Amino acid sequence: MDILVGQLFTGLSTGSILLLAALGLSLTFGQMGVVNMAHGEFIMAGCYTAYVTQQVVGGAGVSLLIALPIGFAVGGAMGLILEVLLIRRLYHRPLDTLLVTFGVGLILQQVARDVFGAPAVNVTVPQFLRGGVEILGTTVPKTRLFIMALAVVAVAALALVLRFTPAGRRIRAVVGNRDLAETAGISSRAVDAGTFFIGSGLAGVAGVALTLIGSTSPTTGQSYLVDAFLVVVAGGLGRIKGAVVAAVALGALQSVFETYSTASLAKVGVFVVIVVFLQLRPQGLFTLRTRSLA
Amino acid sequence: MSKFWESRLGVWSGFAAAAAVLFGLAPLLLSGFRLGLFAQFICYAIVAVGIGLAWGRGGMLTLGQGVFFGMGAYLMAMHLKMADAEFRGGPGAVPDFMELAGVRELPAYWVPFASPVFTIAAIVLLPTGLAVLLGLAVFKRRVKGAYFAILSQALAGAFAIFLIGQQSLGGFNGLSYFRYFFGFTLNDPVNQRMLYFITAAALLVVVAASLQLRRSRYGELLVAVRDAEERVRFLGYDAAGVKVVAYAVAALFASIAGALFVPVVGIISPASIGIVPSIMFLLGVAIGGRGTLIGPVVGALAVAFAQTALSEQFPSAWTYAQGLLFVCVIALLPGGIASIPAVAGRIRVKHRPEAVEATT
Amino acid sequence: MNAIALSCTDIRVDFDGFTAVDGVDLTLRRGEVHFLIGPNGAGKTTLVDAVTGLVKYTGSVVKDGRELRGKKVHHIARAGVGRTFQTAAVFENLTVAQNLDIAAGAARSPWTLLRRRTSLPAAVADTMERIGLAERAGAAAGTLAHGQKQWLEIGMLLVGDADVLLLDEPIAGMGQAERETTGRLLHDIAAERAVAVVEHDMDFMRANASRVTVLHGGAVLAAGSVDEVSADPKVQEVYLGAAEREEAVDAAAA
Repeated sequence: MDILVGQLFTGLSTGSILLLAALGLSLTFGQMGVVNMAHGEFIMAGCYTAYVTQQVVGGAGVSLLIALPIGFAVGGAMGLILEVLLIRRLYHRPLDTLLVTFGVGLILQQVARDVFGAPAVNVTVPQFLRGGVEILGTTVPKTRLFIMALAVVAVAALALVLRFTPAGRRIRAVVGNRDLAETAGISSRAVDAGTFFIGSGLAGVAGVALTLIGSTSPTTGQSYLVDAFLVVVAGGLGRIKGAVVAAVALGALQSVFETYSTASLAKVGVFVVIVVFLQLRPQGLFTLRTRSLA
Repeated sequence: MSKFWESRLGVWSGFAAAAAVLFGLAPLLLSGFRLGLFAQFICYAIVAVGIGLAWGRGGMLTLGQGVFFGMGAYLMAMHLKMADAEFRGGPGAVPDFMELAGVRELPAYWVPFASPVFTIAAIVLLPTGLAVLLGLAVFKRRVKGAYFAILSQALAGAFAIFLIGQQSLGGFNGLSYFRYFFGFTLNDPVNQRMLYFITAAALLVVVAASLQLRRSRYGELLVAVRDAEERVRFLGYDAAGVKVVAYAVAALFASIAGALFVPVVGIISPASIGIVPSIMFLLGVAIGGRGTLIGPVVGALAVAFAQTALSEQFPSAWTYAQGLLFVCVIALLPGGIASIPAVAGRIRVKHRPEAVEATT
Repeated sequence: MNAIALSCTDIRVDFDGFTAVDGVDLTLRRGEVHFLIGPNGAGKTTLVDAVTGLVKYTGSVVKDGRELRGKKVHHIARAGVGRTFQTAAVFENLTVAQNLDIAAGAARSPWTLLRRRTSLPAAVADTMERIGLAERAGAAAGTLAHGQKQWLEIGMLLVGDADVLLLDEPIAGMGQAERETTGRLLHDIAAERAVAVVEHDMDFMRANASRVTVLHGGAVLAAGSVDEVSADPKVQEVYLGAAEREEAVDAAAA
C-alpha cells in the first residue's frame, strides 16, 4: 500500500513536471504544427530567471513568487521574437522549422554558458517549501506538491483563457480550421504570435518551477525537451486534455519502470511503449477525426 | 554542364576524380595524423550520404542516425576488445576495462563477438533490422513528418541513456584503447594508412550505391512518396515499404560508418551518439544540399574540418557558428550550397529580364 | 456491355457522431460515365474516400466478386480502383513520363524497381498521346498548366490498369475548351472502364453523363438517366435550388 501510494505520487509528480514542460509545446505544436526545438531553452531561460531574481531580490520566498510572472514574460518574449523573426517565415516547412529552432536553441545554450558559466547554479528553496508532508503514510516533498499545484493552475488557466476570452476563442478557431478562421476575419498572424507568446511563457514558468527540484545549467532545458515532445505526440496534436493524460501516464510509467529496472532501461521502456501505443492510436490519445487528407 | 555529370561518362569521370583525390592526392599530401583525421571525417560523410537519401530524397527527417552509427561502432568495438583480450589472455579472457571493474566472468552476449564473421554480420544486419522494424511500426501507421522526427530523436536519447547505464559496455566512458584490427596492430602507420584506404573505399561504395538507388525507378518512387505519399498509395504502392527501404539503407550506411569510426578514432562513447550528435549529422547534409548526391559528402567533410579547426581554439564561437549555420542555411538556403548556382541564376534573371529563356 | 464493375451496398460513414454518408447504394458499370452530384456536404467525396479505403465505413463494396471493405488503400488500388483528387495531385518534382511510369508500375518486382528505366514502357507512351501530353514528356509535372495536371492525373489511372475510375471534380478550374477535351477523354476511357465523376457543374454533367446519382444529406435522393433525374421534383426542389434554377432554365432554353 505504502509503496503503491509512494509510486502514485512519484508518478504524479514526474507527470506534472512533464506536463509543465509540455503544456506550452502542445499549444504551439498543436496550433501551428511547428516543432519548436528551442522550447527547452525557453525552459532554461525560466530557470535562470529564477536564479537572477533570487540574486537580486534575496528572499527565497518572495523571489520565487516574483520570478513566476517574470519567467512567463521572459519566455513569452523570447517566443514572440522567435515567431516573428523566423517561424512565420518558414510556415510551410515544418521540418525545416524544427532544425532552425534547434540552431536557435544551440545559440541560446551558448549564450547561457557565456553569461552564467557552464557549471550548474542553484536556487535556494524557500523555507515554506522545505521538508515534506505526510500523505497516506508516505512523505511527499513540499516542492513536488508545489509543482503539482502549479501544473494544475497552469492547465486550468490555459483552459480558461482558451475557452472564455476572445483571444482564446480565436486561437481555438485557428487550431480548428486555419483557412476558415482567416476568411472569418481572424488574423492568423496575430493569433500565431499570441499563441507563441503564451506557449513560450508557460515554458518560462516551468523553468522557474523546475529550479525547486534541480540545479540549473545551460543544458537543463534540453534534458526535458524530448520527454515533453513524447508527451505531445502521445497526447495528440493540440489537445490539452491529451497532454494532461499523456504526461501523467508517462510519468507513472517511468516511475514504475524505474522501480522494477534501472533508470536507463526505463527510458527505453517508455520509448517502446510509445511506439506500440502509436500502433493503436497513430494520431495520439485525442484527435478530431476529420476528412482532411493530412 | 549538369547534363554531363548525369551521363555515363560523367559519372565514371566523377568517380575517377574522387578516387584520384582519395587514393592519390590525400595520402600524398597528408601526414599520418592528418590522414587519420580525414578518415574520421569520411566516416561522418558516409553517415551523411545515408541521411541525404532518407531526408533529402525520402523526406524522412531522421534525427536518430546516432543510434545506427552507435550500433555499428559498439559492435565493432566489442569485437576489437575481445580480440585484444584473447591476444593477452587467451580464449575467453575478459576485456581490460571489465577486469579493472572487477568483472571476472565474460557476459554471455559478448561471447559471439570473438568471431570476426559474426561481428561483421551483426554490423550489417542488426542496425538494418532495427531500422526495418521501427520503420514498419512507424510508417505503416502513417506516423510521419514531425512525429517521426521526434520519435527518431527520442530513440537516440533513449539509446544513449541506455548505453550509459550498461557497465558491461563501458558505461559513460564507452569503449576505447584498441590494439588490433582483424589481426593488424593499429598503432602501425602502415596499417593506419590501410584503414584510411578502407574508409575511403567504403565512401565510394556507399556513394555508388546511393547513386544507383537515386537513378533507379525506386529513386523516382521515393521522391514521389516524399512529395505526395497518399497519392502513391492510391496508385497501388505500399508507400510505407518504400520509405522503410530508404530508412534501412541510411541505417546501414550509418552502421558501416560507425564500425569504421572505432578503429580510426580509437574510442566510442555515448557522448558521440546521443541526441545532439545525431542532429549534428544533419548540419553538413543541409549545408551541402540535402537533395543532392555529393552535397552531403562535401558538407559533412567541410563541417567536420571546420569543427576540428575551430572548436578547440574558439569553443564558444564554434557553437554560435553551428547554431547560426542551422538557422541561416535552412531558413535562407534550404537547397544548401549545391543550390547556389540556381539561386544566383534566379537573382541574375530578376535583374536582367531578357535572360529568362536561359534558365529553364 | 453493361457489366457491373463495382457495387456498393448500404455504405455508411460516421465522423464522431456526424453521419456523412448514410446508407448509399451505388452500382458502376463498364462503358458508363456515372455522375455523382449533390450540394456541398452531400457526402460525394466522402463516398469516394470510403470506397478507396481512406475512411472507415460499414456496408459493402464488391468488385469482381471481391469484398473491398477493410482492405488497405494500396490493395484497393491494386484491385483496379483508381481515383483523382479535387486538387490535382501529381508528383510535381518528377517529369510527366516519370509520373506515368510510376503509375504504371505498381506491380513491378523489387528487382525491376532497383534498376534504371532504360526505355519508356509502351503503355506510358500511348497514354501520353491519349491525354495530349506527349510533347511535354520531359517537363516537370509542376510546370504544367492546371488542366494538363488534371489530365495527367487521369492518365496516371489509365496507365495503371485501373478499370474503375473515381474522379473528384476533374474539371474544377478549367476553361471551356479544356472542359470539352476532358469530356471527350472521359468517354474515350469509359469505353472499357467504369467511370464515376463527382461534379458540381451541371452543364458538364448534362453533356457527359450516362447515368446520374444525386446525393443529399448523405443519402441517395434520386438515380437514373440525366432526363429522369432532371425531371424528378425532389431533385429540382433540393438540388436545383434558387441559385441553380436559373441555370437550369437557361440550359433548357438552349
